[in-house]
Amino acid sequence: MTNIFYTQDHEWIRLDGDVGTVGISNYAQEQLGDIVFVELPQPGTKIGQGEEIAVVESVKAASEIYAPVSGEIIDANNALEGAPVTVNEAAESDGWFFKIRLANTSELDGLMDAAAYKTFVEGLA
Amino acid sequence: MMRQGRPTNPGEAGNDTLRTFSGHRGLDHEEPLLFEQNSDGRCGVDLPAPAIMPNRLGILARPGAIGLPGLSEPQVVRHFVRLSRKNYAIDSGLYPLGSCTMKHNPRLNEKLARLPGFADLHPLQPISTVQGALELINTLAHWLRVLTGMPAVAMSPKAGAHGELCGLMAIRAALDARGEKRNRVLAPESAHGTNPATAAMCGFSVDPIPADARGRVDLAALKAKLGPDVAAIMVTNPNTCGLFENDIVEMAKAVHDAGGYFYCDGANFNALVGRVRPGDLGIDAMHINLHKTFSTPHGGGGPGAGPVVFSQALAPYAPLPFVVDRGTGFDLIELGADAGDATPFGRMTAFHGQMGMFVRALSYMLSHGGDGLRQVAEDAVLNANYMLASLSDEMSAPFPGPCMHECLFDDSFLKDTGVTTLDFAKAMIDEGYHPMTIYFPLVVHGAMLIEPTETESKESLDQLISVLRNLARAAKSGDLTRFTQAPHFAPRNRLDETRAARTPVLRWRPQE
Amino acid sequence: MRYLPLTQTDRAAMLRTIGVASIDELFVDVPQSARRSEPLDLPPHQGEIEVERMLRAMASKNLAASDAPFFCGAGAYRHHIPATVDHLIQRSEFLTSYTPYQPEISQGTLQYLFEFQTQVAMLSGMDIANASMYDGATACAEAVLMANRATKRRKAILSGGLHPQYRAVTETTAHFAGGIVQAMPAAPDGVEDIIRAIDDDTACIVVQTPDFFGHLRDLRPLAEAAHAKGALLVAVTTETLALGAMLSPGEMGADIFVGEGQSIGVGLNFGGPYLGLFAARAALQRQMPGRLCGETVDAQGRRGYVLTLSAREQHIRREKATSNICTNSGLCCLAFTIHVALLGEAGFTQLATLNHQAAIVLAQALTTIPGVTLLNESFFNEFTLRLPKPAAPVIEALALLGILGGVPVSRLIPDDPGLANLLLVAASETNTDQDRAAFVAALREVLS
Repeated sequence: MTNIFYTQDHEWIRLDGDVGTVGISNYAQEQLGDIVFVELPQPGTKIGQGEEIAVVESVKAASEIYAPVSGEIIDANNALEGAPVTVNEAAESDGWFFKIRLANTSELDGLMDAAAYKTFVEGLA
Repeated sequence: MMRQGRPTNPGEAGNDTLRTFSGHRGLDHEEPLLFEQNSDGRCGVDLPAPAIMPNRLGILARPGAIGLPGLSEPQVVRHFVRLSRKNYAIDSGLYPLGSCTMKHNPRLNEKLARLPGFADLHPLQPISTVQGALELINTLAHWLRVLTGMPAVAMSPKAGAHGELCGLMAIRAALDARGEKRNRVLAPESAHGTNPATAAMCGFSVDPIPADARGRVDLAALKAKLGPDVAAIMVTNPNTCGLFENDIVEMAKAVHDAGGYFYCDGANFNALVGRVRPGDLGIDAMHINLHKTFSTPHGGGGPGAGPVVFSQALAPYAPLPFVVDRGTGFDLIELGADAGDATPFGRMTAFHGQMGMFVRALSYMLSHGGDGLRQVAEDAVLNANYMLASLSDEMSAPFPGPCMHECLFDDSFLKDTGVTTLDFAKAMIDEGYHPMTIYFPLVVHGAMLIEPTETESKESLDQLISVLRNLARAAKSGDLTRFTQAPHFAPRNRLDETRAARTPVLRWRPQE
Repeated sequence: MRYLPLTQTDRAAMLRTIGVASIDELFVDVPQSARRSEPLDLPPHQGEIEVERMLRAMASKNLAASDAPFFCGAGAYRHHIPATVDHLIQRSEFLTSYTPYQPEISQGTLQYLFEFQTQVAMLSGMDIANASMYDGATACAEAVLMANRATKRRKAILSGGLHPQYRAVTETTAHFAGGIVQAMPAAPDGVEDIIRAIDDDTACIVVQTPDFFGHLRDLRPLAEAAHAKGALLVAVTTETLALGAMLSPGEMGADIFVGEGQSIGVGLNFGGPYLGLFAARAALQRQMPGRLCGETVDAQGRRGYVLTLSAREQHIRREKATSNICTNSGLCCLAFTIHVALLGEAGFTQLATLNHQAAIVLAQALTTIPGVTLLNESFFNEFTLRLPKPAAPVIEALALLGILGGVPVSRLIPDDPGLANLLLVAASETNTDQDRAAFVAALREVLS
C-alpha cells in the first residue's frame, strides 16, 4: 500500500501514522532551477487544505507551497535555511519542508499516487 | 506551483585567453572597491577648519568613526571613469530592450535641466519666487493633456509603477465616493509585474484575463469576468507583445457598463504619441513614463517620472499637489483644504514631483513639436516592423504583424539546438549589442522582445538584423560554444546568480 | 528633425521590405474612431536656439538659491556639490544605460550600487541598505508596509516630529494598503510620549531625527519600548549630512532606517528627483522593498556584482511582491556615491561640523532680534524660531528683499494657529558672513 501522495501543484506528502511529511517533487525542483531560499511555517500553525503554507524561491522564480491536506504543522526542516540546495539534491527525501498532523485523512483520496503523478507530469511536457 | 525558472548557471568560462600580470585587459581595467583604496590622510574636498566651540548635539554626538574611505579627487575621478567603461549605453550602441524605449537622450535637455533657475530652486520657496517653475510644470501638463486627449493630469508620481499606484488609488477613491466595495482588478497574463503588484498595494485582488490566439486580450473572456465586484481592468496598450489591442474601445465600454474603470499602462505610449489619443479609447487613467516616450535618461535605472492622465470621472481624485493657473500667476495647491471642488485622495510624494525630469521632457517636446512627435511614433513603429519583417524567416514570431513599436519572438527557432534564449542573448553581447528583453512577456516561451526605437538609422537596424540572422543560423548549425560560453568579450563572463542569492553579500565589510 | 535618422528614402525602402504601401497600414489595428489624421494643437518642431530661449525665459522668472542669501530646509537642503560629481554622472555610460539586467555589461552600475549600499549602511549604522527608493517620503511609507509584513501587524505610530509630507505620504499609502496609521500631534518642542501609544497591534513607530523642527531625538528608549512590545523602530532622517555628526540610528537600536539622500550630491531641483535611502537589520533583508545588489563571482572566478534576492520583486513575485517599485533613483544614487567618496571620513564629518557650527552662529545672531526666540535645546543645522508675528508673510516680505529666509511651519501644517509664528531656518557651509548679516538685518527690519 502506497504512503506517498502528490498534488497537482507538485507537492508530495509521505504518511507515517497521522503525520505527513511534505516537500516539493523532483519535477518541481527541476522546473524552478537552483533553489536559493525556503520560507518555512512555524510549528503550531493550523492550516486548511490548499492554503499557502510556505514559499520556495529560485534565482528567477518564486512559488507558493500549498498545504496538501488540512492539519497542524508540528515540525519544519530548518536545515534548509542554511542549505536550500538540499531541495535540488534530494527534493523527495532530505529536502522535505515540514511535517503536518493530518486533520482529515480522507483528504488524501483526492491526491495522486506516484504512478498517477508520473503520468500527470508526462502530460505537462 | 509553478512559475518556471530559467537558466542561471554561469557555466564554463570561455577560452582562457592571455592572462595579464595586472589583471587589466587593455582598456578594460579591473577596479577595486572605493573601500579598498582608503588612505586615512586623503580627502577629495578642501574645507575650512571648523572653529573650536561647544556643540548643540548633547548626548547624541557621534562617538565613533563612520568607516568611510579617504580618497583624493583624481583617484575618485579615475575610479568612476573606469567603472563607467564597464557599462553598455545607448550613446555607444543600439539598446533594443523591449518595453524600455531606450532612445537617444538629447544633451540639450541635460543642459537646460541644469539652469540654476530650475536646478537650484528649493521646493518650499515662496510661491512668488518660483513662478517660472510652476509655469513649466503647467506647460508640460498642457502638452500631456493635448497628446493624450485627457482632461487632467497628476504630475507628482515619480516613476511608472508609482503612476500605476496613483491611478489605482484614484480608482479606489472614486469607488469609495460611490460607496462601492469592488475588490477585483482584471489584468492580462502578459502584464508587467508592476500591474499585479500595484493592485495588491491598493488592496485589490488580481484576476488574470487570458489572451486569445492573436496575442490580444480575449474580449469574450474579459466580458465573462466582469461583474459588480470588478473595480478596474489594467491593460497595457500597445500590449507587452507589441500589439495594439484592437478591441480596446469595446473593452472600455464593457468595463464602464459593468461599473468599473479602465486603467491603461502607458509604458508603450511611444508607439502612439501624436497619432492616437488614449482619451479617444475610453481610458480613465494612464501613466506616462517620461523616461521612455519623452527621452529623459534612464540613468542606470532611474530616476524616472510617471505623470498620470485622468478622465473626467477620476480627475477630482487626483493627488496633491497640483498647479493652477490663476491668470495673474500660478499657484501651487499643496493642501486638501485649498483644493476647492476637488477631493484629492492624498499625497504620493514629498514636494511636487520630478522637476528635473519635467524640464528635460518639455525640452524634448518643444524640440520635436506636435509634428515631430507624430513622426516619432511612426518611425518607432516602422523600425519595429522592419525588424519583424527582416527576421521572421530566421527567427520565430509567435504573432503575425503588423506590430507596433516592438516585435516579439519566441524560442521555437532554437528548438533542439541546445541554445536557450539566455544563451542567444549573451551571444549578442559578444557581437557588441545589448540583448533585447528576454523571458518577458511570460505568455510566450523563451520570449525575445525587440524595441529598436525611432532614433536608430536604417543602417544601424540592418547591422543588427545581420547579426541576429547570423546568430540564428549559427545556433541551428550546432555552433554551441559561441552561445553557451558567451559572453567571451565582456568585462565579466556569466555571473553566479545562485551564489549571490543563497549567501547574500550586500555590502563591503573590513577584513577582520 | 535632428533626433530622427530615417530619411524619406529609408522609409520608402523599409515599407517595401515590410510589404505595405504606407505607414497607415501599420496602424490598422487602431479602431477607426481613434485614428487621428489632423495635427494636434501644438506648436511645430524647433531648433536648439528657440527651445533654449523659451526655457531660459521660464528659468529667469525664478529666484535661484544661488542668487540669494539662502536658509531653507524642511526636508531639502542646499550644499556645495563638487564639480566632479556632475561631470561624472554625465558620462554616457552612466547617464544612458538601463537597469543592470545584463550584469556582464553593467558592472559599472552594479559596482557603484554595491558601494552606495555600503556607504548608506555605514552612515546609518545598519547592516544592509538597498539600491535606493524614489525619495525619503516614499521610503518612509514603504518602511511602514515592510514593518507590517515583518510583524504581521498593521498599525504604525508616527511621531509628531515627522515631516508633515512624509506623514501624508505614509498615511495615503498605508490607507490604501489596509494599514492603520496613528499620527501624534505636531511636537514643535520635540517632546511627546510615543511610548504610551505602543500597543500589541503596533507594527512600528516612526521617529525622525533630527526631527522636522530640528531637535535631535534619542531613539534608544524608543527602540527599547518598541522591542518590548514586539514592534519595530523606523528611524527617519531628512538631512543625511546629520549622520556625520550624530549617533547613528543603527547604534540607537533602529530596525529600519529611511532617509532623504538629496542633500549629498543631488541638489535642490525644486523637489525632485531625490534619493530615498533605505536600510535595515540583516534579519529583515527578505522583507526589503526595492533593488539589492550583491557580490558574486563570474565563470572564471572573478569578483563581480549582480542584482539579487529578486524573488522579492514585482517582476517575479507579481501580486505577492514586497513592493511594486521597479526602479531606483539610479543617477541620484551615483551622485551621492561620488560625493561621499570625495568627502571620505574626514570630509563628511568635517562638513557636518561646519554645518552645525554655521547653524549655531546663525541661531545666536537671529535671536538677538527682539521677540525672536529659539525653540531648540539641541539641533544639527536647522532649528525652529518663534517670531512675534505669523511667519508666512514675513517670509514673503524677506523674498521681496531678495532673501530666502527659511520655511514657515504653516506652509506644511496650516491648521494649527499655535504654529503660525514658527519659522524653520537651516544653515549650511554655503552661507557667508554677508549672507547671515543680510538675513539678520532684513528680518529685523521686517519684524520692526
